[in-house]
Amino acid sequence: MITSTSDLLNIQQQHLPLIEARLGREEAAGEHQILVCAGTGCSSSGSHGLREELKKQVEAHQLQEKVKIIKTGCFGFCKLGPIAVVYPEGIFYCRVRKEDAAALVKGLASGQVITRLLYRDPATGHQPRRMEEIHFFQAQHRIALRNCGLINPEDINEYIARDGYQALAEALTRRPEEIIAAISASGLRGRGGAGFPTGRKWELMAAAPGRPRYVVCNADEGDPGAFMDRSILEGDPHSVLEGMAIAGYATGARQGYVYVRAEYPIAVDRLERAIRQARRAGLLGDNIFGTGFSFNIEIRLGAGAFVCGEETALLRSIEGRRGEPRPRPPYPAQAGLWGKPTVVNNVETLANVPVIIRKGAEWYASFGTKGSKGTKVFSLAGSINNTGLIEVPMGTTLREIIFGIGGGIPGGKKFKAVQTGGPSGGCLPEEMLDTPVDYEALTAAGSIMGSGGLIVMDESDCMVDIARFYLEFSQDESCGRCTPCRVGTKRLLEILKRITSGEGTMDDLKLLEDLSHDVKEASLCGLGQTAPNPILSTLRYFRHEYEAHVRDKYCPAGVCRNLTRRPVLH
Amino acid sequence: MPADKLIFDPVSPVSQEDEAPHPVARKKVRFWIDGREVVAEEGISVLEAAHRVGIEIPSLCYLKNINEIGACRVCLVEIEGARNLQAACVYPVSAGLKVRTSTPRVLRARRTVVELLLSDHHRECTNCIRNLNCELQHLADTLGIRNIRFTGETSNYPIFNKNPFIVRDYNKCIKCRRCEAICSKVQEVHVYSAQNRGFDTVIAPAFMKDLAEVACITCGQCVIACPTASLVEKECIDEVWQALADPDKYVVVQTAPSIQVTLGEVFGLPVGTVVTGKLVASLRRLGFDRVFATDFTADLTIMEEAHELLERLDGRGGPLPLLSSCSPGWIKFCEHFYPEFIPNLSTCKSPHEMFGAITKTYFAQKEGLDPKKIVVVAVMPCTAKKFEASRPEMGSGDWKDVDFVLTTRELARMIRQAGLNFRQLPDEEYDTPLGIASGAGTIFGATGGVVEAAVRTAYAITHGREMGVIDFEEFRGISGVKEAWVELKGRRIKVAIAHGTGNARKVLDRMKAGEQFDYVEIMACPGGCVGGGGQPIFGSRDHKEISLDYRHNRADALYRIDYSRRIRLSHENPAVQKIYAEFLGAPLSETANKLLHTHYTPRGPLPGYAVNPVQ
Repeated sequence: MITSTSDLLNIQQQHLPLIEARLGREEAAGEHQILVCAGTGCSSSGSHGLREELKKQVEAHQLQEKVKIIKTGCFGFCKLGPIAVVYPEGIFYCRVRKEDAAALVKGLASGQVITRLLYRDPATGHQPRRMEEIHFFQAQHRIALRNCGLINPEDINEYIARDGYQALAEALTRRPEEIIAAISASGLRGRGGAGFPTGRKWELMAAAPGRPRYVVCNADEGDPGAFMDRSILEGDPHSVLEGMAIAGYATGARQGYVYVRAEYPIAVDRLERAIRQARRAGLLGDNIFGTGFSFNIEIRLGAGAFVCGEETALLRSIEGRRGEPRPRPPYPAQAGLWGKPTVVNNVETLANVPVIIRKGAEWYASFGTKGSKGTKVFSLAGSINNTGLIEVPMGTTLREIIFGIGGGIPGGKKFKAVQTGGPSGGCLPEEMLDTPVDYEALTAAGSIMGSGGLIVMDESDCMVDIARFYLEFSQDESCGRCTPCRVGTKRLLEILKRITSGEGTMDDLKLLEDLSHDVKEASLCGLGQTAPNPILSTLRYFRHEYEAHVRDKYCPAGVCRNLTRRPVLH
Repeated sequence: MPADKLIFDPVSPVSQEDEAPHPVARKKVRFWIDGREVVAEEGISVLEAAHRVGIEIPSLCYLKNINEIGACRVCLVEIEGARNLQAACVYPVSAGLKVRTSTPRVLRARRTVVELLLSDHHRECTNCIRNLNCELQHLADTLGIRNIRFTGETSNYPIFNKNPFIVRDYNKCIKCRRCEAICSKVQEVHVYSAQNRGFDTVIAPAFMKDLAEVACITCGQCVIACPTASLVEKECIDEVWQALADPDKYVVVQTAPSIQVTLGEVFGLPVGTVVTGKLVASLRRLGFDRVFATDFTADLTIMEEAHELLERLDGRGGPLPLLSSCSPGWIKFCEHFYPEFIPNLSTCKSPHEMFGAITKTYFAQKEGLDPKKIVVVAVMPCTAKKFEASRPEMGSGDWKDVDFVLTTRELARMIRQAGLNFRQLPDEEYDTPLGIASGAGTIFGATGGVVEAAVRTAYAITHGREMGVIDFEEFRGISGVKEAWVELKGRRIKVAIAHGTGNARKVLDRMKAGEQFDYVEIMACPGGCVGGGGQPIFGSRDHKEISLDYRHNRADALYRIDYSRRIRLSHENPAVQKIYAEFLGAPLSETANKLLHTHYTPRGPLPGYAVNPVQ
């Protein structure tokens, strides 16, 4: 039971050596640690079997005293999973199969590196041994992901060893308004997509009358191809819990809810464990650190509706009602859960909070651009070499993300577009690749920051078909409450289907554009207001593809099945 | 009123309970609508504020105080500083707000929204029951929609018309959710909810069951709330025309008390116009053999119910409180949700069923008619009475007490079909003897009317002599729950009146918690029968006919009729006295019990029971 900061520091001291060895800061005294990724990506490529086999091998060689097998969260290098890292050497292995376990354990004593499991740079053929030597990792700056791939997410002590809960301890010695001021000064904005200043949100909540009050963590990540929040919850759940407790203290809430998708079983399991451990340790519950501050967290599972990521729909869902948005104002800060003041923050936002409190607003604000401070986590998917999870300072260009960190397009194909912000975002062409990752810049370019899904398309993708794909998703996920979204997205999809099947007319193009604008302007919530973005951005940058479908009955990418015959040229 | 004899003591705190959601007086703020300065209470909606300065922002899903959800997006306006257009019905006004209600941007968005609605609406206006009385049609006209740019998939559901009271056509539903709101928030019956999502969303009973298969109380408030013809009464106009044309049939019509104060609205007369004479004249011209008034059997109901109350006060004949039984929507509500109070229900049939039973026995004998050849048509403000008429216990083995129930709206349609110029009709009198009524029978049509009529009579019975003035203002009005103490049989009895089943729940839950009442009147519909689900509907923008004030204007007309009557006590109705003398014997006699009383069926709140089809 931790009742004071010194209790916390004691635990930290006890477990620090283990972490320090991973960070190369401390002599390992002949001990080895093999970190194996237990995130969703690596789990599905077999990391669980690998871990079991490693344990068996360690036992077989009677190395239990000298070798520890530790499960971690996501390293981000998902495409090359399962990932395993051997400390203290820090050797980074990719695509490690169960069958490799024996060689791996055998190599520990001799210090032999298994070259075939090392990462190979596709461009240079170079095989760096350590993570820090791989550009993918070098170019990143990990704040929200600070512990992912480094600690065992199922062990609260490892989080504490990484300064965990010190920010909460410190926050409790300060006045709530100071905490809010620090968050405001840091420039942190909502990482769920809309980018509302977090400090301002807390301020509104703090000023609203009414009790009880609630902190809600929005972990209903739903964009296709997005797995940022999932990875944070899987790799470092305590960072989110600590962020929630700090938010609770700052805004006067005593109860928190994590609304997480039931489709994230690993994340849910780790959250449950984390909450249990934090409660047992006295870091959640009554009278935290003996300060009289009490804060509890419960989990609520989402049943698989994209719209429940919208905050008012999410709150309704927590209340046990059909997840449908309602108009704002009043904002949740004024009337949220059960009509009481509620602050709703996204997972990544909350994961940043403890660091900001510990290292200071100024430090955080030193990263990023004028209007977008700090870093942003992205999940890279689609036609890109390094499919995975990255975190970069705001202001990094899309080009650096895709061609630098992301390793470019596989198979020598030509880049066509990058989609940011999922079904709510837009597709940006090559000439926009120097756009910095920044809320305003991305919006001006015709897309949005969104929650961080980043999908790369190459020359073999048809942009009309891409728009159709996203509309299919949006209209399916529309809750059906407001007319523009319920009927409008359906009609948009129907027009797109006409075009991709060769039945479109030039009038359809105009109708598509007009209706897109109207649905955007008239819809009740963010889902409808952003659903036409994939259409509008592709019409803006790839109009010629639409026109080819309509005029020439030809799909340049060869995707739309009816339209693959090249028109006869005179 | 002899003050020493009659103690009348309204119970103030609860009786003042009101529906107003914002009881706190708000501070006034200054803001701008279309460049004009407006001052209004902070937090009222832009729509309401605009209405007050003469700007009617079109709307569809909005029902004041009932459905304020900003879902249909028809009432969009520009708010300076807001990125997107905002729904005026839910956007609160604040100091300095700048609103634009008719910019090209706004008009374009509104048109698109309505076009989208129309693109998935089964448009058969010419043969639609709500033709010329449809809010969607009206909206399309107001916005000047000349072309629907959108084509594509449309809803294609079967018509749900297997029950005898309400027809649901999902293909005309525009998902405004007014039915859901009124059923859940006002009636607290919760039949409707949204199911599926996106384009496939339906607002429906659980699992898209027919209303007959769920715990629907058949009140028809959803029909009143529906802006289109997605929810309509099950019509039986054709059957009535056929009976009228059949030389073998003797067709008797009865009109509920409230019809005479609402029918005129359909023909352009102001709310609260009394059209009793024209109502009678029109029915005669439609060819009914006799035109009678349900007000007469309302008097009969009072005779029976007042005696029942006195019996129960004596400790005989059942538990207290006695719960009124003349609202079939309320009866079904009780059977579904409060079956434990079924023994408390008065066993009296509702007045129109009593009428049917009397017509096919007493009247048939008197006139020498074969009861099987008599067709009883009831003109009711009510869809629940359509269901009630289908109950197997309502009739003898050989006939149904009431053969057809027409709503006020259906009667209006028949008058139109017959080409009658309603406003030019002469005023005629009801036929005798079943057309003779006291004022007490007439006020049945308003909330509190049954209790007032029964107390008038019970008081007279127990005190054995006439009273002077017999107006109980405290029983009247639109408060959701009204309560009073009345002295009867030497004891103070506690009376409560609730209208709208949401309010009924309040009283019933207090009873469950152990609070003692002696006599409780419950009407399923807000305002009582004047607000019934069969009453005229107008597709007007401010939906005032839904409001209680509007309903009370109709009720006021009933009280005016009561004042104008020579006889204002049920037991003084000479036709009532005669029927007891000639046929029934005394109240609660064996004959009375057989013909005028009934029993009830406990039903669960869940689906699974069968309804006997009518007709």
